[in-house]
Amino acid sequence: MYRYDEFDATIVQERVQQFRGQVARRVAGELTEDQFRPLRLKNGLYLQLHAYMLRIAVPYGLLSSKQMRKLAYIARRYDRGFGHFTTRQNIQFNWPQLPDVPDILQHLADVEMHAIQTSGNCIRNVTSDQFAGVAADEIEDPRIWAEIVRQWSTFHPEFSYLPRKFKIAVTGAPDDRAAIRVHDIGIRIVKNEAGEVGFEVWVGGGLGRTPIVGVVCRKFLPKEHLLSYLEAILRVYNLLGRRDNIYKARIKILVQATGGDKFAAMVEEEWEKIKNGPLHLPQAEVERIHRYFAPPAYETLPDMDPAFETAKLENPEFARWARTNLVKHKVRGYAIVNVSLKPDGGAPGDASADQMDLLADLADEFSLNEVRVTHHQNIVFPNVRKRDVYALWQRLRPAKLATSNLGFISDIIACPGLDYCNLANARSIPVAQRLSRHFSDPRKLDDIGELRLNISGCINACGHHHVGHIGILGVDKQGQEFYQVTVGGSSKDDASLGKIVGAAFSEDDIVPAIDTIINIYLANRAGKGERFLDYVRRVGVDPFKEALYGPATARRPAAE
Amino acid sequence: MALLQHGALQPNNWRFVGDDAAIPAEEPVTVSLKRWQAEGETLRGRNTPIGVRLKNDEQALALGEDVHRLSLIEVEFPKFTDGRAFSQARILRDKLGYQGELRGIGNILRDQYLYMTRCGIDSVELPEGKPIDGYLAALKEFSAWYQPASDGRVTVLELRHPAKASTRRSGATFISESVAAHSA
Repeated sequence: MYRYDEFDATIVQERVQQFRGQVARRVAGELTEDQFRPLRLKNGLYLQLHAYMLRIAVPYGLLSSKQMRKLAYIARRYDRGFGHFTTRQNIQFNWPQLPDVPDILQHLADVEMHAIQTSGNCIRNVTSDQFAGVAADEIEDPRIWAEIVRQWSTFHPEFSYLPRKFKIAVTGAPDDRAAIRVHDIGIRIVKNEAGEVGFEVWVGGGLGRTPIVGVVCRKFLPKEHLLSYLEAILRVYNLLGRRDNIYKARIKILVQATGGDKFAAMVEEEWEKIKNGPLHLPQAEVERIHRYFAPPAYETLPDMDPAFETAKLENPEFARWARTNLVKHKVRGYAIVNVSLKPDGGAPGDASADQMDLLADLADEFSLNEVRVTHHQNIVFPNVRKRDVYALWQRLRPAKLATSNLGFISDIIACPGLDYCNLANARSIPVAQRLSRHFSDPRKLDDIGELRLNISGCINACGHHHVGHIGILGVDKQGQEFYQVTVGGSSKDDASLGKIVGAAFSEDDIVPAIDTIINIYLANRAGKGERFLDYVRRVGVDPFKEALYGPATARRPAAE
Repeated sequence: MALLQHGALQPNNWRFVGDDAAIPAEEPVTVSLKRWQAEGETLRGRNTPIGVRLKNDEQALALGEDVHRLSLIEVEFPKFTDGRAFSQARILRDKLGYQGELRGIGNILRDQYLYMTRCGIDSVELPEGKPIDGYLAALKEFSAWYQPASDGRVTVLELRHPAKASTRRSGATFISESVAAHSA
């Protein structure tokens, strides 16, 4: 993985000192809370319902075992022994004290980490495919470009006071695991007809109050021009994005209002003027960063490992986990191992300090000292020899880290919701916990098959409910927590936004409602091969409406 | 209002003249872009320095070659969260090659001052008597820079690949003397 050189280290260290000064000025009353807010937000520090929340960047989801151990240390010393992994591959701590934050940042800087631009109206932490560099279907490794974008966007003097937050995702595989179509900018590594590798650039996607699937801004961008092209998009947005209404300020609104083609033409015009300027990427820099991501020295192994096969035959529980949680590695004899942070009845994405320490130890022992955080709020061991998988599972299991539900209905994405967040209208975590307990029978999960269920506690959509195959949105009805349900969303290469099935359900009715939806699907699908998402796309929302609210004729208009 | 320029608080000799007000003969003034576009021919003939105050939603590029006739361009930060002037400044410096004084006015906080100088702004308006130690300290909070901007600071990329530096810098952006002095 990328290691800081003296310059990276200097910049992060200077940021710690700068923030220490800003906190001191706030504590001394030299800064008002209004003046301090944008400064702390640019460093991922939010004021939540009960306390400050610190969001730490995990650039494109990559963590060394040493960094993971440091997160465990921070969880123990400055939090209540937990951390929460987020949909942007970051980690949040919910209970730090303001005067401690500079010290936490120093601890992070010591292991080449930071909280820079994890919040605020600036370019946020760059996200990517959690299987980058090890996926069998990859064209090229996206991490090199994610790192180049990370550096360019860090303390960008021109783009630190944008109309609104700005999220960039990069993927190197045709199977889009980074949800690039619902990002402000999505970068796909592609090969053109001439066989050259470059980027397809998407723009104007996003969730939140106005969910929109992005549009292609440029079909093929030569690699050397990545930064100048991004700078052109950001400059157009910075000058023309709306600043009169926070809910209309994202780039997606500008792209929709301008029209995708016209927006692309404006970017092109700007880019023509700067593409051969100082942002032109020197090959030496690309190669320098590339070297950090050189494949490790893999052993030459047979693709089938007898011990692994025997363990599966002898232990059905292990066999099931291996079937659901392993992904094909690009190197023979290796596997990508997914660790679910969604145990039955657990809070999605939460990990205890002890679990983090264990994950770090297991990474050292089994996965070349590295783990990944996924935007589904799970953890990945990217490089495990098949022969070690059984031993790894045996160590994960007692720590409640061996739930075999990856990609199933209980692998729920959820925001922190009203338990922590002062924007939320409703709680997300208890609903996720009840659903995961309700759908905990492995046979039931297998029967339902692939299903993405996402929960957001409010319209800001941090839980990505619009792109869940089933989405649940917390709403407020006269002071009561209610839950609106959508079906048919996807964040993958077939990205789509879910459709609302009808009136929202009370806290007591939401789990039975989801159960009804599942039963309708199971009873009416065209065989097991038709996934829930395929079924919804074939039949629409009507069968669900009818089952949930009664026949259309009997329904009062208010039920819509 | 006073000016923070060349590392010190200076008196401000300039005045903005509204579109309907008469322009004094001897005093350095700024006018709106609209007025400049309408009365540019006349204004150019004056023997006193003239400048333009650019609104946030006006295109810097509209000034075109005229920038070389201006002694001052003012860009606005009506509130510190509004960052359009950062882009306007860069367009004036990098695209139009403006080499005169570029001034930030409005809500100028010390925590943005460094970014302003990086974007080519070389003076900012501050209330009379405002302590400037914090502003000057803010310029020294960082010593390495990832992005090329409009201030000519040597970037991390150039330091990592020194051989490239000479060719890359020949396409050079304008280097503000006062900014260079600050960063020294």
